[in-house]
Amino acid sequence: MNGTTITSPTIEYALLSPMLIVFGAALVGVLVEAFAPRYLRKSIQMPLTLLALVGAFVTTILTALNGLPERAAAMGAVAVDGPALFIWGIILILAFVSALLINDDDQFVAQAAAVPGSVDEEEAVRSGFAQTEVYPLLLFAVGGMLLFPAANDLLAMFVGLEVMSLPLYLLCGLARRRRLLSQEASVKYFLLGAFSSAFFLYGTALVYGYAGSVDLRAISESLGSVSGQQTLLLVGIALLGVGLLFKIGAVPFQAWKPDVYQGAPTAVTALMASTVLVAAFGALLRVFWVALGNLDWDWRPVMWGVAILTMIVGAILAITQTDIKRMLAYSSIAHAGFMLTGVIATGAAEQNSQALSAVLFYMAAYGFTTVGAFAVVTMVRDAGGEAGHLSRWAGLGKRSPMLAGIFAFFLLAFAGIPLTSGFFGKYAVFTAAVGGGVLPLVIVGVVSSAIAAFFYVRVIVLMFFNEPAADGPSIATPSVGTSAVVALAAAATVVLGVFPQPVLTLADQAASALFIR
Amino acid sequence: MPWLSTLIAVPVVGAVGVSLVKSDKLAKQVALVVSLVVLVLTAVMAFRFDPALGAAKETRFQFAEVYNWIPAFGVHYGVGVDGIALVLIALSVILVPIVILASWHDADGTGAAAPPKRSVKTYFALLLVLEAMMIGVFAATDVFLFYVFFEAMLIPMYFMIGSYGGAQRSYAAVKFLLYSLFGGLLMLVAVIALYVIAEKGTFMFPELVGVIQDPTTQKWLFLGFFIAFAVKAPLWPFHTWLPDAAAQAPAGAAVLLVGVLDKVGTYGMLRFCLELFPDAAKFFTPLVITLSVIGIIYGAIVAIGQTDMKRLIAYTSISHFGFIALGVFAMTTNAGAGATLYMVNHGFSTGALFLITGFLIYRRGSSQIADYGGVQKVAPVLAGTFLIAGLSGLSLPGLSTFVSEFMVLLGSYERYVVPTVIATTGVILASIYILWMYQRTMNGPTAEKVKGLPDLDARERWVVGPLIVMIIALGFFPKPALDMINPAVDHTLSNVHISNVHITPAVAEKKGAGQ
Repeated sequence: MNGTTITSPTIEYALLSPMLIVFGAALVGVLVEAFAPRYLRKSIQMPLTLLALVGAFVTTILTALNGLPERAAAMGAVAVDGPALFIWGIILILAFVSALLINDDDQFVAQAAAVPGSVDEEEAVRSGFAQTEVYPLLLFAVGGMLLFPAANDLLAMFVGLEVMSLPLYLLCGLARRRRLLSQEASVKYFLLGAFSSAFFLYGTALVYGYAGSVDLRAISESLGSVSGQQTLLLVGIALLGVGLLFKIGAVPFQAWKPDVYQGAPTAVTALMASTVLVAAFGALLRVFWVALGNLDWDWRPVMWGVAILTMIVGAILAITQTDIKRMLAYSSIAHAGFMLTGVIATGAAEQNSQALSAVLFYMAAYGFTTVGAFAVVTMVRDAGGEAGHLSRWAGLGKRSPMLAGIFAFFLLAFAGIPLTSGFFGKYAVFTAAVGGGVLPLVIVGVVSSAIAAFFYVRVIVLMFFNEPAADGPSIATPSVGTSAVVALAAAATVVLGVFPQPVLTLADQAASALFIR
Repeated sequence: MPWLSTLIAVPVVGAVGVSLVKSDKLAKQVALVVSLVVLVLTAVMAFRFDPALGAAKETRFQFAEVYNWIPAFGVHYGVGVDGIALVLIALSVILVPIVILASWHDADGTGAAAPPKRSVKTYFALLLVLEAMMIGVFAATDVFLFYVFFEAMLIPMYFMIGSYGGAQRSYAAVKFLLYSLFGGLLMLVAVIALYVIAEKGTFMFPELVGVIQDPTTQKWLFLGFFIAFAVKAPLWPFHTWLPDAAAQAPAGAAVLLVGVLDKVGTYGMLRFCLELFPDAAKFFTPLVITLSVIGIIYGAIVAIGQTDMKRLIAYTSISHFGFIALGVFAMTTNAGAGATLYMVNHGFSTGALFLITGFLIYRRGSSQIADYGGVQKVAPVLAGTFLIAGLSGLSLPGLSTFVSEFMVLLGSYERYVVPTVIATTGVILASIYILWMYQRTMNGPTAEKVKGLPDLDARERWVVGPLIVMIIALGFFPKPALDMINPAVDHTLSNVHISNVHITPAVAEKKGAGQ
């Protein structure tokens, strides 16, 4: 009895500092909401949010420069490894960019609690209220996104998932215009998200029942040693997969995406479409490669099906869309399918690092273009808010050639035309997939790229080759933040499309050691 | 001096300049000057080109530049030209200033049939960007770089058709883009697979020649490349986009589309399909030759039935592309060199036809044959040059196309007697569609609406003149071009490891008879 000493848990604060900074700033933000006078709140929250994101980014880089740790941090709960740092970097930059978009009062409801169309609301609007809670919510979500892909055990991952998702459910409901649509999106997202979280948790429990641990490495080790409980394991994996694939929006768990993307304030959509996808892919890769890598004969066939369905359904349904945000949502589904081909392209260690690097590069390329595209969407306005319906975009190329040109460029990047970032993203993933022996998937990918090209091109046709409507939408004079976002996204799309090598090198380095176990 | 990089860079810089200048008029002038500078540079480069060096493997591509572009993928910025690439670049840079001059008013929104006013600067900037990409695609010695140009050049053409074309322009533009993209994406799979299977860690074309040995692999990769090129060229049955695109595009863009962009398809067959996958190429030769011959006859017959002049010319091109593909896949020096020369000649003769038709349509506001008649009397120069260009299209001896068509037929006869004989009937059909169109539009009583149409003005004569000169010059004296092409074709065929029959016509007949 005397021999037992209780060791206090060690926490590597330096390694976790990006997360700590973000969460810390989020807490301060809540305090600001509570104590600062209303007129001061925004001028405090905005810089606080941006500074926190910058600070987290800087510490991420410092951590990367210090060399990667050999073991998972925080008693094995969080793995700060190459891929995690790369993903953190992308998430933080994209979140920073999205925060610039959010810094546009016109998008958010004056008072979230007011019933749509009520006297309360009118009063709130008249008195010029602004919902500054958006900023701390954003920071909490980003903090969750940092934890989600870096979590090294399933429980920490679940915590990350929830911390990421709950603020987003709220943010979705805060659109200033078309509030009912926004609230509907919020409720749908919440209900379906809660379902998927429950699936994830149930899966965690079953896998724990099999392996006796929620630690990813321990699960991986147990695969060879535990016998006779295959059912438990396989059902557990399936449920985990449902939870993760839901966040990605892979078919058949994609139904929420168009509704939520359409209803949410566009700045929030930009955030979700870029960072959540990145974070969720990080988590998916970690679970399936670290914990279940030795079981790939069991999960790969299912993933094949999911990837094929995701690419094809995303591309085909996008054709039928008439709302720009819904179309981009389906396009995001199709792109998730392309990235899934990279997830499936496992093999020997070298092959794995190539595939991982390809997916990482794809995330960076896709994330920037997406944020840019949604930023443009915020600028095309009708009297009643953003002009969502595609027919309203007709002839935009004549009213505002510059903006339409940039948007066309983003669309071409989505379509994967050479000399844009999207091309190299696709190229990298497909090359990895061919190397990993999944040529049929690549062929499906190519066919659905061709289908997808159709609806991207259709928007270009609308903007440039059709005559503008007489009462067409006006182009809002962009705020400095919005113009900066569009400029940055366009620059990233060009640079990654012409000189992708630096980012590829970075992704290679991040991926070379693979995930730590 | 990095010749080829300069050639690519000058139009790009010019395009930026064109889009920045204030007035539309200045933009056109700048565009013309830039394209002339490129022409002069190319001419100087062509004189410094030494065809004799083409035989050796090391010096095959001259003016070569190779820099690492994306080491992670083994991609280089690699450019260089052999005789085949050089003559095609020459074709492109000769056509561009002519097209600029011809399109002087196309984007203005003046003239009877002109579309509503569009941005003039954008049109000429797009033309210059397209020129850079056309040079790049022929000069690329890195397969990946070739693919990048191959796909990227769709975009300026897409906007030129979609924004500046005729009534059905957006339909035509989308059809053009989607067909080409689909072919291109199949090629992308093949490009990736080529890289992975070759395990060379590089995309440099000279290092990939002869690397893929396994016959089954060759066949699949061949198909990936070939379908993309067959869509681009276009071969029957991948051709349906061309009549729409060519008919709806403004005349200048149609010239570059049919004259140069489509040549990338046949060029790709000659360069990549044959050399990278020689066994597969031989395996598929019967199929390709069948498609080519069908295309020759089909294109010609359908052309006869057209009522729209631009569609008619587009269908004649499908017939001509059949000849070119036949020449490429006959795999003899005569046929290969003939096919390459055909690519150049077709560019000039079809270019002239499209432009003159464009001038005619600009005057009258209709592209329907039935709306014309007796133009010869009111606009004799227009009609005369149209006749010369048309006769060149039907391969009249003394005009350039005759030389190349004869060489193709001769070279193909050495190996494939029956298809060649069938293909020869295409020549007869050609005289029907050309002469009948001429008869209906230019001869006969002058139609009411045609009366008072002005003849070609000075600008238009400067457009048509050089083309007619080229057609006649290459018809009587094709030797300079052939001197450049022949060593390059020989080199290509030697990489295909085929028992080449580089023989005089007399021997050719004997061999043909023996088969």
